Amino acid sequence: MSQNVPLLEMKNIRKDFFGNQVLTDINLTLQEGEVLGLVGENGAGKSTLMKILFGMNVIQETGGYDGTILLDGQPVDFKTPFEALAAGIGMVHQEFSLIPGFTATENILLNREPKKKSVISAVFGERLDVLNRKEMNRKAEAAIDRMGVKIDGTMVIHDMPVGHKQFTEIARELSKDQLKLLILDEPTAVLTEKEAEALLLSIRSMASRGIAVIFITHRLQEILDVCDKVVVMRDGQIVQDVPAKETGVTEITRWMVGRSVDVAGKAEIRDNPDAPVAMSIRRLWVDMPGETVRDVSLDVREGEILGIGGLAGQGKLGIPNGIMGLYDAGGEVMLRGEKIPLNRPRACLNASMAFVSEDRRGVGLLLDETLEWNIAFPAMQIHDKFLKNYLGGLVKWRDEKAIHDITQRYIDDLAIKCTSSKQKAKELSGGNQQKVCLAKAFALEPGFLFVSEPTRGIDVGAKALVLDALRKFNRESGVTIVMISSELEELRQVCDRIAIVSGGRVAGILPATKPAEEFGLLMVSQVK
Amino acid sequence: MKEKLSSFVASFGLPRLIISAFLLALFILAPIVGVDLPMQITNVINRFSWNAVLVLAMVPMVHSGCGLNFGLPLGIISGLLGATLSLEFGFTGPMSFVMAALISTPFALILGSGYGWLLNKIKGGEMMIATYVGFSSVSFMCMMWLLLPYHKADMVWGLAGKGLRTTISLEGYYDKVLSRFLQINIGKISIPVGALLLFALLATAMWAFLHTKTGTAMTAVGSNPVFAKAAGIHVDRIRMLSVVMSTWLAAIGILVYEQGFGFIQLYMAPFYMALPAVSAILIGGATVNKATIMNVILGTFLFQGIVTMTPTVMNSVIHTDMSEVVRVIASQGMILYALTRKTEVTR
Amino acid sequence: MNLKPQGAGKSILNILRNNTVPIMFIIICSICIPISGFSPAYLLNEILTRLGRNAFLILSLLIPIMAGMGLNFGMTLGAMAGELALIFVSDWQIWGIPGVILAMIVSVPFSVVLGFICGKLLNMAKGREMITSYIISFFINGVYQLIVLYLMGSLIPIKHSSIKLPRGYGIRNTVSLLNMRQCIDNLLAIRIGGVKIPALTLLIIALMCLLIVWFRRTKLGQDMRAVGQDMQVARDAGIQVERTRIISIIISTVLAGFGMILYLQNIGNLSTYSAHSQVGMFCIAALLVGGASVDHASIGNVFLGAVLFHLMFIVAPQAGAKITGDSMIGEYFRVFVSYGVITMALIMYEMKKRRQKASIGEQLALAQREGSRHE
Repeated sequence: MSQNVPLLEMKNIRKDFFGNQVLTDINLTLQEGEVLGLVGENGAGKSTLMKILFGMNVIQETGGYDGTILLDGQPVDFKTPFEALAAGIGMVHQEFSLIPGFTATENILLNREPKKKSVISAVFGERLDVLNRKEMNRKAEAAIDRMGVKIDGTMVIHDMPVGHKQFTEIARELSKDQLKLLILDEPTAVLTEKEAEALLLSIRSMASRGIAVIFITHRLQEILDVCDKVVVMRDGQIVQDVPAKETGVTEITRWMVGRSVDVAGKAEIRDNPDAPVAMSIRRLWVDMPGETVRDVSLDVREGEILGIGGLAGQGKLGIPNGIMGLYDAGGEVMLRGEKIPLNRPRACLNASMAFVSEDRRGVGLLLDETLEWNIAFPAMQIHDKFLKNYLGGLVKWRDEKAIHDITQRYIDDLAIKCTSSKQKAKELSGGNQQKVCLAKAFALEPGFLFVSEPTRGIDVGAKALVLDALRKFNRESGVTIVMISSELEELRQVCDRIAIVSGGRVAGILPATKPAEEFGLLMVSQVK
Repeated sequence: MKEKLSSFVASFGLPRLIISAFLLALFILAPIVGVDLPMQITNVINRFSWNAVLVLAMVPMVHSGCGLNFGLPLGIISGLLGATLSLEFGFTGPMSFVMAALISTPFALILGSGYGWLLNKIKGGEMMIATYVGFSSVSFMCMMWLLLPYHKADMVWGLAGKGLRTTISLEGYYDKVLSRFLQINIGKISIPVGALLLFALLATAMWAFLHTKTGTAMTAVGSNPVFAKAAGIHVDRIRMLSVVMSTWLAAIGILVYEQGFGFIQLYMAPFYMALPAVSAILIGGATVNKATIMNVILGTFLFQGIVTMTPTVMNSVIHTDMSEVVRVIASQGMILYALTRKTEVTR
Repeated sequence: MNLKPQGAGKSILNILRNNTVPIMFIIICSICIPISGFSPAYLLNEILTRLGRNAFLILSLLIPIMAGMGLNFGMTLGAMAGELALIFVSDWQIWGIPGVILAMIVSVPFSVVLGFICGKLLNMAKGREMITSYIISFFINGVYQLIVLYLMGSLIPIKHSSIKLPRGYGIRNTVSLLNMRQCIDNLLAIRIGGVKIPALTLLIIALMCLLIVWFRRTKLGQDMRAVGQDMQVARDAGIQVERTRIISIIISTVLAGFGMILYLQNIGNLSTYSAHSQVGMFCIAALLVGGASVDHASIGNVFLGAVLFHLMFIVAPQAGAKITGDSMIGEYFRVFVSYGVITMALIMYEMKKRRQKASIGEQLALAQREGSRHE
């Protein structure tokens, strides 16, 4: 395999988001016709790396990157995806980018349709060229053939099964004559087993035609089946770069999650199997787009902090959102012997449960209102707190002073940085907004708390404060907490036990003291 | 200083500034060109008192996130039903006003709940559908005014003996009942205290409502419906309540308008009544999802000021009545400005 | 993905549900026609006249719908541009077919400017295009009045006093177009047993239809369909979304201008300040009666709608008078029906959007339930 110039060479790539280093010294080479498997936990930097390579706007908007990229030995620096496309790089994203009412053929050739000139278009410009349908069919057919998986070019996208949509996207990239390198971001996540097999075959056939493929997936077996080499990323660095033949699933998993640093505060972790069950979840399904929960049964013990971890899209976020009634759900949930009706947020809150959502801006906050409103609102509505009653309770008047006092207390307790309690929530930084969300939940004085991704998108200092606050809330007030997080290390720091969710089901529950590899194996396991 | 000024302009909005400056210019110009200023001021205050309640009716729906109530005619129809029935039943004088308000209430509640139910079904498309619900109901009522068995002689067409007239005089009924109540005359300026008092009462009630638990929930629903849902609020129920409130206020608002104007206007008259109210509240500083009582007062004053002052002042200056054109451009321009502002993205 | 067994039984129901409005209108018309007592020849004559008068205007609505911008209430802008052109042409005293053609040419720059403004504003109000285009039509109406009532004859030279107000500036309430009245309709008109067929007008309309069919097959047409269905995807594929949307509104405005000129040459006089005010509403109602919706409309919808809507318009007052003894009832009824149809169409469109979202959830839930049952 000693070719003269590699197709792609990335040298010393570095990237930070506002001082937060997400990629450090990435070096990567890829030969023509080579298939590279890229693996790593969420947040390891895989997608940022691919965004840099593909020239996505978000990279430019956040200050660009350092290092050089060589394509066929020539240095390139893509400012937009269109430049990357023109240079022969194609990318299939996780979200479909298809026009629902168009046929597969029309989508494959979207904005690259072959056209026929006419008199009118000569006068008014080429946008009035008539589409050459025959040529379109021919080209689309050729792209589908090249892919090796048969799909119907005349079928309209919204009538297609999910897998076919995925193949349409791939065919679109293959229809580009200049294509040299194809990036596939978790393409098999939505495919059935048969379709996934077909896709792997088609990857091999593309490679045999000289197209290089970067294949991102969480299904490690697929990587071993199809790739020439495996690159493992962790914490913004490449930790391994080995030929696929020389490794196995267990080893890759260890590389993915393994950390030398030891977990802080491990001594505090309690695992008390005799504690009574606080909440029992049976056969829960939740229809949360992108985080579907299929069949979850789980017991939460009184007084513990239970962590729920797992890779993105596996359904861990769906569990609290479904139980708290924000997305359609079914199954059975009992809290301390009482049945909790699903799909009714009010009932959950009345049963003294509270929820800190992962979607701070969308669900967690009233961005245009003051901190006072944000913190006091749920407690006011659920428990009639911070209200003055007039006319024998007929008029429930907002007690501005009580609201101010409680807000001020939480601003001091949680060290929320703000100009005053009357500041608008949208003006705070991410970390402080998160603290407001916690304060909102604490003000409800819940008996059971769900916290979803409490440290997402906040800086290291704020992270520690938030996690401390949660831990203190649990240990001092004895409140049972279920914390959902994508970061295993964080869960291992804070939680007593950790459940790992994979494919919408619980893959296993382990005490937080277990080594990271065991959790890693659960994360990539296929629960059936 | 410059920064302060530009930030003031940004928060106040350029069109609003232009309109305020225009009105100020009118007031300054008026005595110069020989317009009877006290009479003009009386006119502005009177028109304010007629219209303020209709503008106030915008507030609840804006608060709950239903947007500007282009379906105001539905509430107006409830008011008209109350007014005509009160007359038909033979009430006269101030009593006819009280009865009109009482009778229109159940209509407003029923129509308002139906309208609210519909708006809950079509979240996101409220404003366009509200407009056409208003239009359809007005044109439906056109048939009803002809067909319903009204008989009172001074309300129906003289010849046929049935079918309501297009305008019904309120003389002897509730013409100016509020305006004359406690009326104060200072020199040439007369102030319709009664009508202003009723508005003050309703506005205070609205202000108070927004300070209660339910009112707080309403604001939260408008600010972020998902937040409200997660906090256990029945979002649909709160929205429904806001629509009913708005419809009822519109019903009362048209009665107040009629008592000042002196006539009941039927058939196509309520058709475009939503637009002045919508632009008034926007001129007052409201946006598609935020509105305060202050916006109502300021907006009604500015809007009615322009409507009353432009014809007379313009006439004296250039001897042409361009008021209609000025009114249309100013009010529609204001709505357009509010709809196209980038900051107010639809959810 | 096994949807077929349910699909077969529901298909008839679906056809009925998707065509509720046209079916309702066919029923209304079939009840009203015998009651009204009009002769078939009279009705046919009237329908042909009105088809020739309105079809072009209605056709102008198709392109914005294709571009996903909903019902273009801003077509009134085109109507105003057409009126401005007609005012100028009648001031220049150019009559007959040359006058009509000249008016069309003169209307184009007005339409393009107005359409561009409208398109720009609609791009600033994505997601609420309809209410915005509706308000734009009111706003521009104010500007139109300013120009026609105050600036024409004072700033803009108008020679002929016959169209000026007595005070010396501003245009009269009606401008007579007697010298170009039905000049296109009468040329090549065919008479068959008392029914006049305005062959040339219908030919122009047919050409317009062909043009639209052709347009759909062009690159621009394809881009518009893509933008209409998913702006983000279209943008990712490199299509200039904003530009495409503005072009669609400009085309619609220009066509509405032509349509208005054809409409007015048939009527024979121009009500300077009110002719355009109802045009948008009637055309949109007619299109919807033909079975179109906010996001889908075909040429077939245009013709079916024009025929059914105007049939109702002709017979309703008579039928209403015969039933209730009051001619106004029928008048109000047809106004109510026009607005009612638009309201229904808007509601159905919004509900369909929500239903689609909900049904995705239902399907998933079902699959999960079935999945867990198999274990």
